[in-house]
Amino acid sequence: MNFGFTEEQEMLRNQVVRFIDDECSIDVIRTFDRDTNQALWKKIAELGWVGLTIPERFGGSGLKWVDLTVVLEETGRGLCPLPLTSNALACASILRSGSIAQQQEWLPKIANGSVIFGFGLYDEPNWIDKDAITLEASDHITGTKTFVSDALLATHVMVGVQTKNGPALSIVDGEAINSIALDVMDRTKPAAQVQFDQVPATNDRFIPLTDADLDYVNSCGAVAVTAEMVGAAEAVLALTSNYAKERIQFGHPIGKYQGVKHRLADMFVDIESFKSLLYYAAWCVDDATGDLSQAASRAKAHASDAFAQIGIDGVGLHGAIGFTAEYDVQLYLKRAKWARTMFGDSDFHYNRVATLGGL
Amino acid sequence: MDFDFTPDEEAFRTEVREFLSENLPPRNERPGSFLREWLEKVRARGWVGFSWPKAVGGSDGDVARQAILKEEMALAGAPPLGTSFMGLAWVGPGIIQYGTEEQKTRFIPDILDSKVTWCTGYSEPNHGSDLAAIQTKAERVGDHYRVNGQKIWTTGAPYADWMILLTRTDFNTEVKHDGITCLLVPMKTPGVEVRPIENMAGDRHFAEVFFTDAEVPIENRLGEEGRGWAVTISALANERSSIGEVTQMSGKLEDLKQLVRESRKQGAPASDDPLVRRQIAEFETKIAAMKYNGLRYLTRQLRGQPLSSETSVNKLLRASLEIEMDDFAVELQGQEGVQLQTQTARWARSSLSWPNVVIGGGTPNIQRNIIGERILGLPKD
Repeated sequence: MNFGFTEEQEMLRNQVVRFIDDECSIDVIRTFDRDTNQALWKKIAELGWVGLTIPERFGGSGLKWVDLTVVLEETGRGLCPLPLTSNALACASILRSGSIAQQQEWLPKIANGSVIFGFGLYDEPNWIDKDAITLEASDHITGTKTFVSDALLATHVMVGVQTKNGPALSIVDGEAINSIALDVMDRTKPAAQVQFDQVPATNDRFIPLTDADLDYVNSCGAVAVTAEMVGAAEAVLALTSNYAKERIQFGHPIGKYQGVKHRLADMFVDIESFKSLLYYAAWCVDDATGDLSQAASRAKAHASDAFAQIGIDGVGLHGAIGFTAEYDVQLYLKRAKWARTMFGDSDFHYNRVATLGGL
Repeated sequence: MDFDFTPDEEAFRTEVREFLSENLPPRNERPGSFLREWLEKVRARGWVGFSWPKAVGGSDGDVARQAILKEEMALAGAPPLGTSFMGLAWVGPGIIQYGTEEQKTRFIPDILDSKVTWCTGYSEPNHGSDLAAIQTKAERVGDHYRVNGQKIWTTGAPYADWMILLTRTDFNTEVKHDGITCLLVPMKTPGVEVRPIENMAGDRHFAEVFFTDAEVPIENRLGEEGRGWAVTISALANERSSIGEVTQMSGKLEDLKQLVRESRKQGAPASDDPLVRRQIAEFETKIAAMKYNGLRYLTRQLRGQPLSSETSVNKLLRASLEIEMDDFAVELQGQEGVQLQTQTARWARSSLSWPNVVIGGGTPNIQRNIIGERILGLPKD
């Protein structure tokens, strides 16, 4: 029984924390662009984080999603916009469903940082299902992919398509497409609408998606987003607790008053809970895949709603300063709103928990 | 990260399971003598006071085996391992830590052998959550303390043999936590009067307890005079692993799902109702959170890292779950839900009994204070 992190994992965590402090502080993320991404991506590829879950034979570190969770918690804490989640999902898809040839072609390039993936699965804004993938593909792709995360930071995109054999993921060069930035509320999660105009698509660029594959990729997405939510929610709690210790009203720090203190305590209870659910789900990705759907849905469902409220109360407990653009806590509120429906909102995931639990 | 126990620990789990399959008949096939025999058997195995030192009659059971034992007992729906819940949960551990050798010899065997039951004299009419402000007075007179005052909400007092009693021996201390003294009191002491209080479920488990010149010998003092608060705090901290509770809650959830499968709402199966499904899934998710919180904290203990006040997290989760699950079941059954004579009346009854769990041992707001102050470092109020 060892439901905790190893010394190596704690060292990895410290390394990420130092990197965020030194290279990707909140000031940097406020002006983050494609050039920033290129420069930082090279560094984190050298540090081995990009290929963390790629087997060593393909140039990666051969670690697991539990290790990736450590990285994503800390990048989430700093709202770091590096497209780690998109690339982790590309890796997970290629490893699970790609051919040997596709693995040999793409994984080493992801690991060394020369290929960066944007990722977009569904075309419907609030529907987690294979039928929510509507872009059609044959020997070419023509049409629009409505929501592709990180497309403008990437060299390639991996997008969900419908082929004559059913749903698949298609790998497309960034130069062959036209990406138009979406004006996303959370600017640390850039996304684009991607237009395809007679883009040639050869067989070696398709990764078939069975129902189980899609479920796996979506669950991995839920795990990744929840890992970022854990770090981000802890950041809100730390910011707000510190403010409550310093802000004096009616002659006392406001954190002395139970209206404030108890809300902060409830935040702690919620974060501890979805953190524990997340760690188990992350462990399931590699070590208990049969439990992954249920574990990921529990974690994402709980985190989606709890973090949304934490974002609101984090801003609210700060009073007026909380919603100034200059102050950082509002950035987390925007992340909460972005994360809430990514890879399924709480209604979707709780319904899945009910089904998997025998109702 | 792994969820495996060592082969030795797994062998212990097998031992517990084999014992249970041989010695725990189904509920409706248990003879009248069952409970007494059960208590003797588990005692013979060394599972009562399992974590206590061998020197006092325990088994020195480690944290992992304690968790396995609790989990297997709860999974099997086994009766408790002793008749005195409080004796095993905190009176015994308090005596082991603070008692004299004479007290250990005198009190511990009877607790282990289920010969006595204990109750806990903490709350007073004006001092419940603010426990350290207690006013029950103990004066030193010769070779005994003379006790005057009143306790209330004393669970188990109507049938307990002994009470662990918090008194004030010094009314002039700067800090209210000083001047508190802990006494071990026979309930049949002259001057101790118990008046049971009926609760809203119609039960009479708790009581007012009045002390009028009750004389308690000095050798019944636990710990030093004036240092009783430390005894209280460390004794309560002995109640830690929540794994058995999680298993109980999981069992309750399965019963609730069965109720949903058998119920109809608005003329259709309740299990098709999106809000019903969501509510059940939220319960299941919170129970899973309690389980994995518990395993994270257990891991810390296994690594020798002391726990802070994290156990308040699961206490808060459990408090809301207890109330919400019962309430959901009562509401789901509509007009039948509020009746006490139906087959499913257990939900109605337990919807009136949650304060036992939710308020006993510290109200939710006290748990929030503990988290806010001890973990988040917010100023005390």
